[in-house]
Amino acid sequence: MIAHLIQFCYLIATGLFVLALKWLSHPTTARRGVLAGVAGMTAAIAGTLLFPEIVDYRWIVVALVAGTVIGIPLSRVPLTAVPQRTALALAFGGLAVGLVGTAKYMLWRHQPGELTTFRTVAIAIEVLLGFLTLTGALMAAGKLQEVIPTRPITYRNQNLVTFLLLAIAIGSVVLLIRDPSQWQYFAVLVALALTFGVLLILPIGGADMPTVIALLNSYAGLAAVAMGFVLQNKLLITAGALDGSSGFILSLIMCKAMNRSFTNVLFGAFGQVQTAAAAGEQGIYKSATTDDAALMLENASKVVIVPGYGMAVSQAQHRVKDLYDVLTQRGIEVKFAVHPVAGRMPGHMNVLLAEANLPYDCLAEMEEVNPDMPQVDVVLVIGANDVVNPAARTDEKSPIYGMPIIDADKARACIAIKRSKNPGFAGIDNQLYFMDNTLMVFGDAKQVVQGILSALKGEEGSGH
Amino acid sequence: MSGAEVWSMLFVFMLAGFIGFEVIRNVSRLLHTPLMSLTSAISAIAIVGSILLAGENHDTLTTTLAAIAVGASMTNIVSGFLITDRMLKMFKRREGPKA
Repeated sequence: MIAHLIQFCYLIATGLFVLALKWLSHPTTARRGVLAGVAGMTAAIAGTLLFPEIVDYRWIVVALVAGTVIGIPLSRVPLTAVPQRTALALAFGGLAVGLVGTAKYMLWRHQPGELTTFRTVAIAIEVLLGFLTLTGALMAAGKLQEVIPTRPITYRNQNLVTFLLLAIAIGSVVLLIRDPSQWQYFAVLVALALTFGVLLILPIGGADMPTVIALLNSYAGLAAVAMGFVLQNKLLITAGALDGSSGFILSLIMCKAMNRSFTNVLFGAFGQVQTAAAAGEQGIYKSATTDDAALMLENASKVVIVPGYGMAVSQAQHRVKDLYDVLTQRGIEVKFAVHPVAGRMPGHMNVLLAEANLPYDCLAEMEEVNPDMPQVDVVLVIGANDVVNPAARTDEKSPIYGMPIIDADKARACIAIKRSKNPGFAGIDNQLYFMDNTLMVFGDAKQVVQGILSALKGEEGSGH
Repeated sequence: MSGAEVWSMLFVFMLAGFIGFEVIRNVSRLLHTPLMSLTSAISAIAIVGSILLAGENHDTLTTTLAAIAVGASMTNIVSGFLITDRMLKMFKRREGPKA
C-alpha cells in the first residue's frame, strides 16, 4: 500500500515538473511554473519520507533545516551575481550526487551480487558526472566572481592530457566491473572526475561562460539520471532528463549565437586566439560629448538601444530606464536589442533590464531588430562591443567571423558609449567605432547616460 | 535488478529526454536565466536518493555523507525556487498610457 502511495507521489511530481517547464515558457504563466515546481518537489520529498526503510529522521531534519538556512540568503544575491549563484548551485548539486554515489558504492562493495555490471557502470557515470560538475562549477563560479583569472589558461598538449586521463578513467571502470570490491579503482575514478572538472574550465575564456554554465547544467541533470539508474528510481530519471535536455539546448543556442561548435568551445581556448589577432590597424574615432548625444537622440524618431555587460558593470540599468522614459514621453520609439550572449549567462541581460523596471515587450531579439535597422535613426550602444562588430559579417580573418550580430552599423547613426579606448573583452578592434556616422562617447556608462539625461532635461527647461 | 527493469528505465529516460527537448525549445529567450535557476532547483531532485540513504540504518560515515547531500540539495531547492520567483516578478508588461 505504502509503496503504491510513494509511486503515486512520484508520478504527480513528474507531471508537475513537466508543467513547471511548460509554464515557464512565457512571462505571463512563468510564475505559475515556479509554483508547479515547488509543488512537485514537495510531493517528491513527502513521498520519499514515507519509505518504510527510513528509521531515523534526525539527520534528515537537521540537513533540511541547514539547507533552508543557507538557501535563503543565496536567493537574495544581486542579479548581476546570478551566474555565480547558478554555478554554485550546480556545484552543490554535483556534490550531492557524487556523495550519494560514493556512499552507495561503499555499502554495496561488501554485498556480493549487488554491484552488477549495469549498476557499476551507472555508479561510475554518476560519480564521474557528479564530481566533475562539482569542481567545474566551482571553477566557473570563481571565474565569474573574478577570484580566478578570467582569461583562458592553456598549456602544451592540453587535449592529449585530457584524453589520456579519460582513457585511465575508462580503464578504471573496466577493472571495477571485473572486481567491484577493489575500491582503489573507485578512488582513482573520483580523483579523475575532480581533475576533469578543473581541466574543463581552465581553458574557457570569459566570453564562453554562458555556454559552459549551460553545459554544466546539463551534466548536473545527467548526473541525477545516473543516480536514478543506480537507485532504480524513475522520478530521478525523468527530472534529471528534463534538466539534462534543458542545459543541452541552452548550450546549443549559445554556441549558435556565437557561430561556434561545441568542440570548439571546449577545446578552442577562444580568448587566447583573439588576443593574438588583436593587433590590427587603428582608425580615427569621432569623439562626442553627452550634449551631442542628447541632441541626436532628441531629433530621432526611432531609437534602438544595444545593452552590453559594460552597462551592467557600471550599474547603469536604472539610468537607462530613465532615458527610455524620457525618450518615449517625447514620442520617440525606443527598443532594446538584446543579443543572445549579452551578459554572463543565457538570458542574463533580460533579467538585468527587467530589474530596472523596463517592460519586457520593449526588449527585442536580434532577429526582430536587424531587418528594420536601416529605418532606425540612432542606435545607442551601451557597453557592448563584439555583438555589434561588423567584422563578424565582413572580415573572414576575424576570430568572430560568422557570429550573428546586431547590425548597428546599418542604422542612420550610431552612438557608442565605451569605458576606454581599449578593445573589448575579446580583444578585437571594432570597425563600427571608426565609421563616419558613429560618434563615440567615452566614459563610465552610468555617468554618460546621466549626462545625456541632464542634457535632455536641461534643454527641455530652456525651451520655455 | 532484472533486465526488464533496466529496459523500462531506459524507455523512461528516452521519453523524458524528448519531452524536455520539446518543452524547453519553446521557452522564450527572455526567460533563459530563470529557466536555468528553475532547473537548478529541479535537478536537486537528488535529494530523494540522499534522504533515503540518510534515514536508513547505516554506518556513521554513510549517514554523514548522505546528510551533507541532503543539505546541499535542500540549499539548491530553496535558493533555486526563491530566486526564480524573484526574477520572474520583475518581468512586467508595458503599462497603459501613463497618468
